[in-house]
Formats: sequence, C-alpha cells, structure tokens
Amino acid sequence: MKKTYKIEVDCANCANKMEEAARKTPGVQDCAVNFMALKMHVTFDEGQDPKAVMEAVRRNCKKVESDCEVYL
Amino acid sequence: MSKKQRILLARIVTAAVLLVALHFAPVTGWLRFGLYLVPYLVIGCDILRKAARGIRNRQIFDENFLMAVATVGAIALALYEQSGDYTEAVAVMLFYQVGEWFQSYAVGRSRRNISELMDIRPDCANVERDGGLEQVDPDEVEIGTVIVVQPGEKVPIDGVVTEGASTLNTAALTGESLPRDVRTGDEILSGCINMTGVLKLRTTKAFGESTVSKILDLVENASSRKSRSENFISRFARVYTPAVCGAAVVLALLPPLVRMAVLGLAPAWGTWVYRALTFLVASCPCALVISIPLSFFAGIGGASNAGVLVKGSNYLETLSQTRTVVFDKTGTLTRGVFEVNGIHHSAMEDARLLEYAALAESASSHPISRSLQQAYGREPDRSRVTDIQEHSGSGVTAVVDGHTVAAGNDKLMDRLGIPYIACHTVGTIVHMAVDGRYAGHIVISDVVKPDAAEAVRRLKAAGVRKTVMLTGDAQKVADQVAAQLGIDQVCAELLPADKVARVEALLQQEDGRGKLAFVGDGINDAPVLRRADIGIAMGAMGSDAAIEAADVVLMDDDPLKISKAIRISRKCLRIVYENIVFAIGIKLICLLLVALGYANMWLAIFADVGVMILAVLNAIRALFVKKL
Repeated sequence: MKKTYKIEVDCANCANKMEEAARKTPGVQDCAVNFMALKMHVTFDEGQDPKAVMEAVRRNCKKVESDCEVYL
Repeated sequence: MSKKQRILLARIVTAAVLLVALHFAPVTGWLRFGLYLVPYLVIGCDILRKAARGIRNRQIFDENFLMAVATVGAIALALYEQSGDYTEAVAVMLFYQVGEWFQSYAVGRSRRNISELMDIRPDCANVERDGGLEQVDPDEVEIGTVIVVQPGEKVPIDGVVTEGASTLNTAALTGESLPRDVRTGDEILSGCINMTGVLKLRTTKAFGESTVSKILDLVENASSRKSRSENFISRFARVYTPAVCGAAVVLALLPPLVRMAVLGLAPAWGTWVYRALTFLVASCPCALVISIPLSFFAGIGGASNAGVLVKGSNYLETLSQTRTVVFDKTGTLTRGVFEVNGIHHSAMEDARLLEYAALAESASSHPISRSLQQAYGREPDRSRVTDIQEHSGSGVTAVVDGHTVAAGNDKLMDRLGIPYIACHTVGTIVHMAVDGRYAGHIVISDVVKPDAAEAVRRLKAAGVRKTVMLTGDAQKVADQVAAQLGIDQVCAELLPADKVARVEALLQQEDGRGKLAFVGDGINDAPVLRRADIGIAMGAMGSDAAIEAADVVLMDDDPLKISKAIRISRKCLRIVYENIVFAIGIKLICLLLVALGYANMWLAIFADVGVMILAVLNAIRALFVKKL
C-alpha cells in the first residue's frame, strides 16, 4: 500500500535524513521524500497498519531532525 | 515570508546591530566576553541546540555541528590568546544564518511560483438544483450530473456539453493559449477556462478521474523519483561531512606535532587550530545539497508550464541524454485523421468537384464521406441531391442539381464503364464522374502534421543522432512520409507486437550513454512506451493509458514539443552540472587556501554563503523555458 503525507522541513539535507530514517522504520517497504513539494510518499509492507507505522516514522524522523514535522 | 523566516530575519538584524555597536564599545576582559556572548546567542542559539541534540541522537555530522564547533572553537581561541577578537565567531554565525534565511526564502518563493504555474485545481462546481445554482465540492459531484460553468470559471470535471456554446482557453493544459470553440455535444476536459458563454455539461467522469486531477497528481509526485545526480549528492553529503571533520582534526594536530618533533620549532597551536576551525566553516555543503533538487524542481515546473509533464527528475535526466528518437507514425507525425489531400485531373473547378462529391456522399456516414464533408466545409443542402444509391464497397451514385454524379473507387468506375486515370499518390482515391464523363479524382489520406518536418529538423539540431519511424502502414506510405520529413530509418507493416521487438533491437544498438526515446500517441502503444528508455506520449489529454504508461506526457499533439522537452531537460541538466562543478570546485579551492593559511574565517563564510546564493539563483534559471 502507498500513501502520501505532508511534511514540514527546512533543508534539503534534513529531508534526505528523514527519508533515510523512514526507510529504516519497520513496516516501511520504501519511502521517498520530496523536499520541494514537502511530501513524503511511503510504501508499506503487506499487512501493516499505516497509522501505527507512521507514528513510528514520525518519531524516527524527529530523532534525526528535531525541526521536522510529519502531518498524519 | 513565513513566521519562521520573519523571526530569523529579526534575529539577524538584532545581532548585526549589536555587533556593530559592540565594535565601538571600549570594554575589555570578561565584560567584553560577556557582551559579545549576547549577539552570539541571539543568532546562534538554535544552531547550538540542534548541534547538541544531533550529538545526543548520534547524528553528529551535519552543518549545525560544523558551525557550532567552528564558532565555539573561535571564541575559545580568542579567550586562550586573550586577543578579545570575538567578532569573527559572531560574524560567522551571522552570515551562516543570512545564508539559511536566503535559502529558505528562495525555496519558499520558487515553491509558490511553481504551484501558481500549475494552479489548475478548480475550487467548486456549480450544480443546478431546484432551479437555482448551488456551489459544491467537485469531489461530491456524481457522474452524469449536469453542472454549469460560467464565463471566467475553470471547467471542474470532464464532461459533454449539453447546452450553450463558448470558447475555451486550454493554456493550463497545453501551454498554448490557442482558444478552442465548443458547442453542444462536444466533449470538454477539466482544467480549461471557459471564456465567453455559459456552458452546461453532463459530467462523464468523477473528479478524481478527471484530467485535471490526473495532471495534478502527476506533477505533484514528479520530483519524488530522484535522478542519479540527486542520489549522488545525498551520498556525497553523507561521506563528505565526516571526511571534512577528520581532515580538520588532522590539520589541527599534525602540523604542530611535526613542527615540534621533526623541525624542532614552536608548535604554534593557535594558528593551526584556527586554520582547522576555518576549514570547518568553509566546508559546509549547503550550496550543493539545496541547489540540485531545486534545479530539478524548477525544471519540472517550467516544463509543465509549457505543456510538457515530466514524471520525475530521473526522467528529465534520461531525456537530456536522448540520442535516438523513435516515432510512431499515425497520430504522432501524422494527424491520424483522414483528409482530402489533393484533387487531380479535375475537369472543372476543384471546389465544384468537391461540392459534387460532398453532396453525393451526404447521406453516408463512412469516414471517407466525413472527410469529404469536412473539406467541403459547409452543411450540404440535401434538397439538391436526389436518387442516392450506395454501391457497397465501391461508392455512391446520385443526382445533384440534375447532373448524375458517381463517386467511388476503381471498381465503381469499371462497373459504370467509365475510363479513369489511376493515381500515383498514396491514399484512398475517390474517382468522380459527372454525367457519365470522368471528372478527376480526389485523394484522401492521413496528413502529415504541418510542424512535423520542422520538429524532426529541430530534434537533429538539439543533438538527436537518429530518428526512426515505426508504423503498421504499407511500406510505400511509410517511405513517402519518411522522405517528406527527413526521417533516417523506417520500419513499416509492423503489428503492435513487432514494435516492441523493433524498439528492443534499437535499444541493443545504443551505446551506454545514448538513450532511446519513443514517441507515441498512447493508443495501443503502451507496451512500447514502457519498453523504451523514455516513453513520450503526446496529445494525451484524456488518454488514461498514455498518462499511465509514459514517462513524459505532452499535453497537446504538437510534434515541436518533443524537441522542446529535450531542450528543457538539457538546460536543466546543464544547470545541475554547473552547480555541482561550481560548488565543489569553489569549496575545494577554499579548503586549500584555508589549509595553506591564505584565507581567514571571514573569507570562508563569505565563500560559503556566496556560493550558496549563486547556486540557488542559477537553479531558479531552470524555471524559465519559454524561449527554448
């Protein structure tokens, strides 16, 4: 399953870090962060609950870049 | 300006004013240190906080860390040497923040510019209810609902006109501001702007399936597919910062140790630590990291404004390397509709012959008859025609204005015993006989688009080495079209499956760097669009399969757009490479100067912020593609 989320982040490098962090989150198959459009496209593993996974993604993103936000 | 930007700007101004004021304040010792700490903290508190948090979360190496270490180091050095020169540290932080502010402002601006360019999202749909108009969310309109579009409004949902006539501006979809006339029965696409009259239309699609939603979806998701250059930059940034930090440590420790142990000189710790700190300031990779995605974003935005939708940065990159362009003939280079293309050996005026033909065929709905009606251009006056007889598979005979008219192929003429002149041109031939005498023939064929030859020429000028045409048509037709357009290679009489095989064979011939683009109209060539390095679908307004399968979608069917798309991609990639070379080049020179002691911290921060500003301005250039 694929979903798109709006994000808030200040720099392109931070966006890359968020992408990396999201990709490493369990339950996420793939993730692409579009810094210019401020969007995060997440592909979830089969049978995962996007809500729960995204909470974890948000936490992990905050860890690598304190100044970011993922709107769930 | 956003709230964050305003706050940062206020901090920059405050810190700058304080710094200038302190420059003239005659204070020394610890008081001086304390006073200078005020502007430093005003401007740098968030950087220090972020750096600290980064260390805690084991995300050490980023630009916040670089800046924090460099400035704290410079202040510590000033304390150690008792020089009282704290200005440098504050100024470095100040300029760094000026750069950050500019970057955030520029990105925000171009983000807004580009979304304005693509602002085709309709706000509401007018639904007629109980005699009045009600504005509803387009999402809630069901298929088959009648909606009203007032002059000046955007058509919100695809539909068929049931009432009214008007002129539509399709600029948002095609990039061309050529107005299009519509009347009852015409199908119209969402995203067009209704210019003159009130239109009522019955929707044929849900909002989510309408053209406008499809396009928005495509454009918004475009830069999520990253190009090789972007991936290179993120990999580069990952190894770069730790490497630079390592180099700075070496620079701080090694030379003094060598001086002490080998040369027997004083270690000069101060000088080398200062150089190492300057090295850190100069090394910040922001210019590179911001300008590359910005260039691609601007390129994609500019392209979509010109009616060229590119589905991702990676496709823009591949498109710029196109060396071979393969065309599908029908619908791409030719109109794909049959038109009267010539009148030969006419015994009377051409217009009169055409009138006879159109009138004789007026009762028929055959495509040939339709093209005759179209060429005639007026509504045929049926009262002038009597006694129409259709001869299935060969033509018609009729009496027009008292003359017997026969219009049909060779077989009809043979049957009527009228000698005819065979035609040497390619196409469907309609022989005409009036009052039993041969009156010439009309050639109906698929016409080459007026700009097709120019399009092929411009492709060559844009650096395309080989053009190939694939078609299911007869060899003779294909050869003629190819010769007319200057196409290098022709493969005719192909079944749809053969086209894939041909493209695969052509792909094999490509050497590593050259890429192959296939241009089709999206009708039954989706597999080929997918197979090529780059699939370009043209005239794709409303064709879902094409939008789905292609990597680049041309909104109208103008073949000149192909070369335009390639030139846009070339420009964008040139800017990307300029920025990579420029940013890395200046960085390396700076680092070298710093290491050798020719540059101080002021120069380092100027170089850093300056390069970033220039790179961002250069990236924004990718947005301007009108004149390409």
